[in-house]
Amino acid sequence: MSRIKGASKNPLKLVALAAMTFASAVGWAADGEAILNAQCSACHNLAGPAPATLDALWNRKGPDLFYAGNKYQAAWMEKWLQKPTRIRPAGMFYGNHIKPGAKGDEVDATTLVTHPALPATDAKAVTGALMQRKGRSDLVTAGAYVPGTISRSSGEMLFDKFKGCLACHEIEPGYGGLSGPEVYTAAKRLQENYLISYLRNPQAWDPKTFMPNKRLSDTDLQKFVHYLRLLGEEVKP
Amino acid sequence: MRPMRWSTFVTVGAFMLISTIPALAKERAEDNYRTYCVQCHGMQGNGKGINIRDMSVLPRDHTDAKEMSARSDDDIFKVIKEGGVAINKSVLMPAWADVMTDEEIRDLVQHLRKLCKCSYGK
Ligand code: HEC
Ligand code: HEC
Ligand code: HEC
Repeated sequence: MSRIKGASKNPLKLVALAAMTFASAVGWAADGEAILNAQCSACHNLAGPAPATLDALWNRKGPDLFYAGNKYQAAWMEKWLQKPTRIRPAGMFYGNHIKPGAKGDEVDATTLVTHPALPATDAKAVTGALMQRKGRSDLVTAGAYVPGTISRSSGEMLFDKFKGCLACHEIEPGYGGLSGPEVYTAAKRLQENYLISYLRNPQAWDPKTFMPNKRLSDTDLQKFVHYLRLLGEEVKP
Repeated sequence: MRPMRWSTFVTVGAFMLISTIPALAKERAEDNYRTYCVQCHGMQGNGKGINIRDMSVLPRDHTDAKEMSARSDDDIFKVIKEGGVAINKSVLMPAWADVMTDEEIRDLVQHLRKLCKCSYGK
């Protein structure tokens, strides 16, 4: 009897010890995950998939983050999480944040959320955990973007007159459409290869999104990213 | 034992297949309108959406019976599916083939007919 008792005690101790060692070895990652689950998962989809119905699209409370590692620039994210600013002038789904006004529909700013801010150490841990989320790697190609330049005026012609992007996006504060995210910060926030892939086919990432597929040529895709980079350089920090 | 495990495997496999196929449920025309059109054409369909401030060509007022009755259902279908340029209109009117099926677009044409309280020619 006593022999059996002793033998069953030891393995238990071993398992507990192993678990503790594992937890401390992946300490920072576990932290980031814990914060994500406790403070972020109510608004952000951390595991996928993207909304497949309009109902799900309307009720999405924050951008999907299950492909964060394929989408965002880590340096930007860590900073933004400490001091978040508004990116989408009319919120996630503009339809939930508008009201009729004298000259037409207006954004109802009182319905927009102020994003929670994180202390520096938490922002770093969370960024680490988010950058490990590499959903939809099938959609991004390393080296898809080839660095180059475009003049401000040709870029704007393309964005406004030729492709009609200005209808939904601001290219500087207070100039452009409001239903999509501001694009003058896009190149600071987003990875270039993601931009190429997303602009080529927004619905591949987000099937119900109200950003239209503009059937851009490979040359135009490159030009748009040159232009977004140029806009990003002009933004005052 | 063996047949049991095989059938479990098949059941689980079928379940996984079903749950990974995106829902292709047909959406209602008014819901598609609210999602894709209201940003420019407005909550009331009067052409005054939140995006119009800096647009060089203004969106069509879908409640304007005179303008809307000048277009056939086929033309309206075409402009929604292929965009403004397909009927020599502004590039600011996007193409929506990637978010709606032909059937949904046909329903949307009928929804526009309700907004203008009109039909082709009258
Ligand atoms: C109340 C809902 C809510 C909570 C809670 C929340 N977020 Fe957000 N998050 C949003 C919304 C809405 C946006 C879009 C903000 C904008 O566009 O101005 C956003 C944007 C972001 C972005 C930028 C992504 C992008 O494409 O704009 C990141 C990164 C992010 N959140 C991370 C987090 C993390 C990490 C947490 C937890 C600490 C968190 N969020 C908690 C709603 C939320
Ligand atoms: C009908 C409105 C509309 C038009 C027209 C439009 N977009 Fe968008 N765009 C959106 C929406 C909506 C999103 C996604 C918002 C989100 O992720 O929450 C988006 C996302 C983007 C993004 C990613 C931004 C981010 O922060 O995630 C870029 C870059 C972009 N659009 C560029 C363009 C370009 C270039 C064009 C023209 C070829 C264009 N858009 C035309 C509505 C539009
Ligand atoms: C990015 C802004 C924008 C969005 C989003 C948009 N439209 Fe338009 N639409 C326009 C503009 C601008 C015109 C006017 C084009 C012109 O007169 O050259 C227009 C014109 C039209 C016309 C009239 C075409 C004609 O002259 O006969 C119809 C019909 C129409 N839109 C339907 C829709 C529907 C349906 C949706 C949603 C699926 C939609 N639009 C979404 C901007 C938009």
